Amino acid sequence: MTSPEIIETIIARYQGDETRLMDILIDLQDELGHLSSETVVQIAAALKIPQVNVEQTVSFYHFFAREPRGVYTVYLNNSVVAYFRGAAEVAAAFEEAAQCRFGEVSADGVVGLFQTACIGMSDQEPSALINGHVFPRLTPQRARELVEGMRAGWTILELKGTGFGDGNNAHPLVRALVRNHIRVPGLTVFGEYHPGEAIAKVTQMSSGEVIATIKAASVRGRGGAGFPTGMKWEFARRATGEMKYIFCNADEGEPGTFKDRVILTERPQMVFEGMVIAAYAVGARQGILYVRNEYRYLHDYLESVLEDMRRRNLLGASIGGVPGFHFDVSIQFGAGAYVCGEESALIESAEGKRGEPRDRPPFPVEKGYLQQPTVVNNVETLCSVVQVMLKGTDWYNRMGTEQSKGTKVLSISGDCDRPGIYEVEWGFSVRDMLAMAGARDVQAVQVGGPSGACIAPGEFDRVLAYEDLATGGSLIIIGRHRDLLRDVVLNFTRFFREESCGACVPCRALTGMAQRILERIIDGKGRAEDVEHLKSWLGIMRYNRCGLGQTALHPITSTIKNFPHLYEERLDQSDPRFAPTFDLAAALEDYAAATGAGTE
Amino acid sequence: MAFVRFMLDGQEYLAEEGAQLVAAAKDCGVYIPTLCNYPGVRPKGACRICTVLVNGIPHTACTTKVVEDMSVVTSTPELEAFRKSIVEILFAEGNHLCPICERSGNCELQALAYRYRMTVPQFPYLFPKRDVEAWHPKLIKDHNRCILCKRCIRGIFNEEGQAIFAFGKRGDRLIINIDPETSKDISDELAQQAMDICPVGAILRKGKGFDVPIGRRTYDQQPIGSEVAP
Repeated sequence: MTSPEIIETIIARYQGDETRLMDILIDLQDELGHLSSETVVQIAAALKIPQVNVEQTVSFYHFFAREPRGVYTVYLNNSVVAYFRGAAEVAAAFEEAAQCRFGEVSADGVVGLFQTACIGMSDQEPSALINGHVFPRLTPQRARELVEGMRAGWTILELKGTGFGDGNNAHPLVRALVRNHIRVPGLTVFGEYHPGEAIAKVTQMSSGEVIATIKAASVRGRGGAGFPTGMKWEFARRATGEMKYIFCNADEGEPGTFKDRVILTERPQMVFEGMVIAAYAVGARQGILYVRNEYRYLHDYLESVLEDMRRRNLLGASIGGVPGFHFDVSIQFGAGAYVCGEESALIESAEGKRGEPRDRPPFPVEKGYLQQPTVVNNVETLCSVVQVMLKGTDWYNRMGTEQSKGTKVLSISGDCDRPGIYEVEWGFSVRDMLAMAGARDVQAVQVGGPSGACIAPGEFDRVLAYEDLATGGSLIIIGRHRDLLRDVVLNFTRFFREESCGACVPCRALTGMAQRILERIIDGKGRAEDVEHLKSWLGIMRYNRCGLGQTALHPITSTIKNFPHLYEERLDQSDPRFAPTFDLAAALEDYAAATGAGTE
Repeated sequence: MAFVRFMLDGQEYLAEEGAQLVAAAKDCGVYIPTLCNYPGVRPKGACRICTVLVNGIPHTACTTKVVEDMSVVTSTPELEAFRKSIVEILFAEGNHLCPICERSGNCELQALAYRYRMTVPQFPYLFPKRDVEAWHPKLIKDHNRCILCKRCIRGIFNEEGQAIFAFGKRGDRLIINIDPETSKDISDELAQQAMDICPVGAILRKGKGFDVPIGRRTYDQQPIGSEVAP
């Protein structure tokens, strides 16, 4: 088929529906390798929408390529933990073997080398995505072998070799090298579970009783914000709309977080069952599991799970034999944008648009997907719901603390012997977590990812709970030997600059400005007033529209607060009348290049 | 139409239920500064400068609707400092050269800078390398001056109702693109509307000189906001 024919076929697959633009673009990129300007024009013509609107979506997402990115496209993770584990050496090996730099494609067009933000493999770094498949635990030697294989035209499966991971990672529809690393299975998500039992029980109850049970159990959102789940459902149930939707947010993009990946690998039925329960409670007909693109290798497997549940009448028409209870789930993939983890941005993305958070009110429970009442729940929240319905509120409330009931699945990574998944009761102290994970000589712990807080040993007796250290579940352990500002804070700050949607002025501009100042401080050219400025910017950032923007300077401000000496010892203490921040050579760079001055 | 009672800076007023807070405050003689807001265009809290306290919680006034018993505080030292910061950030983020700008004196950003007595921004100038797009037969898009407020995106459509402007990219690479197809046959009137809807001088008409000399333009005559609250 020619490109126009392929475009026509794929657009027909989605009935020419512009709200399916994400699916159209993902499928087209699979077919064509990249989305050229010509393709954008053709898509716009076929959908009868302006080109700029197609361009708007295409150019927003990191994984949409405008130029060819090689027969084999390598996206090497550039997260903090990846570098801890040797990503720089692996990157050098890739470059040497491929004979091109990162950001480029080799001269023969075979290998493209690109960087990407955390791909959810922090317990097995350095890792890379190659044509959408995960290659974890890379070494320089492995990188060279991979490039050799690519040059020899090996298939992805041949490149993977053997040694698939444990559990469903070895499932014929997955065949991933990824490992689960479930170090401590808890009682909720990884507890005893038989698919379908909760649905059978719930469908004997009224929807009001279901919501009352979830409320009585005090289930709170596991994405980090901790909103009471029962209340969210109640709002959506009361809202009026032609259709109601249940979204499961599996767009975990917070660097250092990988729990949803493991849950989707080992407990997908539980997640979908939770969506069915939510649908029953709210009166929804359609569910969408929004999964980050990095986990696309789970696509066929997740579809097969859905198919199996339909066969068993756990999805589809008259679920559980209840006449009129129709609900089904489809899978929507993202294309590389951290901000889409914010629920309204996620909805925008699912509608085929750039992932720009919406103004609130109205909240998604009133006007969400396609302006209809929509519940967005985290993967883990939905799992908790299933167990609460099965085992009861008393069982659930016996676990955790006063304000944080149940268990929490933690993603632990960084400088420790046993990185992986730990499902523990809320109220666990940081110190105990460190002992469990086998961490010694710890300088700092990043709790809740870059948007959370970086805490010092003096605070290790604090506990993980909504009332103390609220967290979406990631702990990155930073050893004594790390340069906290250069290795961690700068990386996180750059991440937020890259991932800002750009709509709000403070987030768009201050992330980049803060990065510049931080680089200056790291280079020993910062002044005391630079630190004061950075601190005061937090007050400006709090007026951003979404959580990303509000927390984007947390890596800097929380380390200024908890590790002030790291800043102070790097500041330039020379005569304050002299401005070392002005870099004359950089300012005259253009002039020097044009005139040849200063090149001798 | 139902009227509701609400508190604005400690005084009670009536407003139409569901009225936009910026407009309702204006009717009450209270000025809330705006940049991305434009009457008649669907609001999108992008610039954040109209942030006020609604029942003690920060909200953008352009996206807030008046409801019964709402209590609004439009000005605190912190909010005023924040607003000044927004103006300063926008100057430092782009490349704004007022003395040579066709929009000088009619520019809302410049006028707000005067209102907030901006001297030297506390933010580092980024001096970004940005393009001036001049391929369009009737419009010039100067990305150096663009503050990405989305007013053109939300307010300008061709005769078929199709969008002409849209965002491209994200973060600090964010840009506003012009659609070559949907903008192809725009009238002079629409081109003028596009220029007028831009709060700064980022959208300009080709082949059109100044109508009013600098010194006699809107904000040369009176400061921004003085039409609401002297």
